[in-house]
Amino acid sequence: MSEPVFDLTIIWAAIIAFGVIMYVLMDGFDLGLGVLFPFAPSEEARDVMMNSVAPVWDGNETWLILGGAGLLAAFPLVYAVFLPALYIGVFLMLAGLIFRGIAFEFRFKAKRSRYLWNWSFAIGSTVAAFAQGAVVGAYIQGFRVENMAYVGGAFDWLTPFTLLTGFGLVAGYALLGATWLIMKSEGSIQQWAFKITPLLLIVVLLVFSLVSVWTPFVDPFVKERWFNGISAIWLLPLFAVLCAGWILRSVKQRRDGSPFVATMGMFLFTYLGLLASKFPYVVPPNYTLWDAASAHSSQLFLLLGLLFVIPIVLVYTAWTYWVFRGKVKAGVGYH
Amino acid sequence: MDLDPLILSRIQFAFVVSFHAIFPVFTIGLASFIALLEGLSWRTQNPVWERLSRFWIQVFAVVFGMGVVSGIVMAFQFGTNWSNFAYAGANFLGPVLSYEVITAFFLEAAFLGVLLFGRGKVPQGIHFFSAVMVATGTFISSFWILSANSWMQTPAGFEIRDGLVYVTSWSEAIFNASLAPRFFHMGLASFLTGAFVVAGVSAWYLLRNKDADVHKRALSMSLWLILFAAPAQVIVGDIHGLNTFAHQPTKVAAMEGVWETQRGAPLLLFAWPDQEAQTNHFEVGIPRLASYILTHDWDGEVQGLNEVPREEQPPVAIVFWAFRIMVGIGVLMLVFAIAGLVLRRRQAYTRTRWFLQGLRLMAVTPFIAVLAGWFVTEVGRAPWLIYEVMTHAEGLTPSLTGGMALFTLIGYIIVYSIVFAAGLYYLMRVLRVGLAPEHEMTTASPSQRAKRPFSAASASWEEEEQQS
Repeated sequence: MSEPVFDLTIIWAAIIAFGVIMYVLMDGFDLGLGVLFPFAPSEEARDVMMNSVAPVWDGNETWLILGGAGLLAAFPLVYAVFLPALYIGVFLMLAGLIFRGIAFEFRFKAKRSRYLWNWSFAIGSTVAAFAQGAVVGAYIQGFRVENMAYVGGAFDWLTPFTLLTGFGLVAGYALLGATWLIMKSEGSIQQWAFKITPLLLIVVLLVFSLVSVWTPFVDPFVKERWFNGISAIWLLPLFAVLCAGWILRSVKQRRDGSPFVATMGMFLFTYLGLLASKFPYVVPPNYTLWDAASAHSSQLFLLLGLLFVIPIVLVYTAWTYWVFRGKVKAGVGYH
Repeated sequence: MDLDPLILSRIQFAFVVSFHAIFPVFTIGLASFIALLEGLSWRTQNPVWERLSRFWIQVFAVVFGMGVVSGIVMAFQFGTNWSNFAYAGANFLGPVLSYEVITAFFLEAAFLGVLLFGRGKVPQGIHFFSAVMVATGTFISSFWILSANSWMQTPAGFEIRDGLVYVTSWSEAIFNASLAPRFFHMGLASFLTGAFVVAGVSAWYLLRNKDADVHKRALSMSLWLILFAAPAQVIVGDIHGLNTFAHQPTKVAAMEGVWETQRGAPLLLFAWPDQEAQTNHFEVGIPRLASYILTHDWDGEVQGLNEVPREEQPPVAIVFWAFRIMVGIGVLMLVFAIAGLVLRRRQAYTRTRWFLQGLRLMAVTPFIAVLAGWFVTEVGRAPWLIYEVMTHAEGLTPSLTGGMALFTLIGYIIVYSIVFAAGLYYLMRVLRVGLAPEHEMTTASPSQRAKRPFSAASASWEEEEQQS
């Protein structure tokens, strides 16, 4: 067995990180619409909310599957520790995704039972968002691992800290959903979205700050990283805060697209800040990227295909968004 | 009570994968049918094709949606319940499953959106192209997932170091010994499933004399497909069986109920396999036929279950009976394939009530056959998870307790029961409403064209629903 000429692990880390943020941003706004669903001003608004994502949600959730399969391919230790450790949480997330996913088809076919599918969509989306937020918290906390296998209990992941991160992501997704709706709707529905966006932003900023303050106490490694001398990584939270300011300003100016773009920016910088906190640990507290990586030949085999296929995927995904561009009109129906 | 996480996880996997499998096996066939209808609609501009296509797309949307959500679950099952297996096999399984996602799932998902919602928003040719892409995606997907499964049945192109799989030859691993027969067997099964459902539903409309002239075309098309696919499946199935006989003789022994290695083994039509006593009760068989089928020699030797230790034997009764159910349904399909041909004369198949009633009932049988077939191949390799490399027990998640496994098993049963009941209910509604009126088609002549082509389908939904 010859030693690999170059290290693909860091490239793979970048690819997985890219896949995760793609998922968070793309499924984030459509899960967020589900979180906002019960508060929508009218049934017509709910129709618009759902129609605005009906053609694309399936593609969005495919990034989650890529995250699962990609982890198995590139960092099998992450896959084989996170999923057993988060066993119950993963089930809740999947059940949530199932109930919200089928609501797309069934709600439009339902008549008397439509309100049931409204709840199915809302509760499913909220539970899935919460579970994903809890995963982030559990990652920060770290896992009990021996011999490359998880040895903790079924509820180790459920702590006050992960409850907070779970709630934080619910609020964050709701903000993404609200700013998406600003972009895709008009009239009274858009006015409603403009109204709730600053409120959601305040909640999100509160929770995110709380998490940021709490994290160094949960994990001394993070504390070391941030407070052992001021480094360039402090730019990341700064940019995130600037994006928050941009959201407020663009909402005040009643811009269509900027609030959504600014929210994505805020997510991106928060996410990069999280990665910077933990790098290079992927199964904290003990295992780095390189401990968790798969065989060089497996990384290479998939990378070759990925470099060729993912650009094509991005092109036709962008094309479908372009086909369904523009405002979703109220009362214009489903297929 | 002591809950065994191993048996609970196996039941859970069997349950979620069976539930998932019934959707893609139908949508693979149906996607091709829709692509064909869209192509005909585009080329001929005859509104009849668009009416059929719109109707079947509605069915497709409901079924595909259930397939997607139950598929997401599958992406995480390996990790939650079989983490040792996932970790050990990751170097092969990870890239293969990832290739499935990037070459198939994204393709299906993106173009499905255009297929479902893009009519009137994109040119008709592009809409047809989207249908073709969705159909292509379903096949690419089945190729990769069957490669992964086949590798677990007939592992190749790898070595084990420190308990982990390392791939030594990607082509040998991906194109392992059982991939080709499994892929074609499954592909034909998908076409047969799609064809029998389309035939059954069309027959139902013919019996009720509702839009009979339109559904007659779909019935005719599906009968032609069945005529070729059903006999082809017998041949491919035989090849698959011989392949299994060569690589997994214990599985074949269980399928045929052969306990002792013997020459001139009979083909058992009925038997009650008794694992305790390692024998069959109430045997009814055709002498020497099993030997002939498997070795093409009346006195050929068939390896028995006694060649492996008891703890390496699969549960024989399940495999034995699942196999008979699958083959029995295959024979029934063959009967309908031939009957369909005989009744071609002066279009008798559109009027013969017993035939139409029979087709109606046949619509559920492909699903049973497919599940039975998968039970044969999956239960039949027990106790091996990766054949002769890793057992189920070794692959299980070490931190998993019986309580956790029971919790999610019950959870999935409840969730899927709700999903299935609701899906079936809305599917029945789609069928009750039937075709949209001809004047709403975008391919109809301009004067007849609806004023709001994009909203047409849903408008008809609402109106008809109120009537019903």
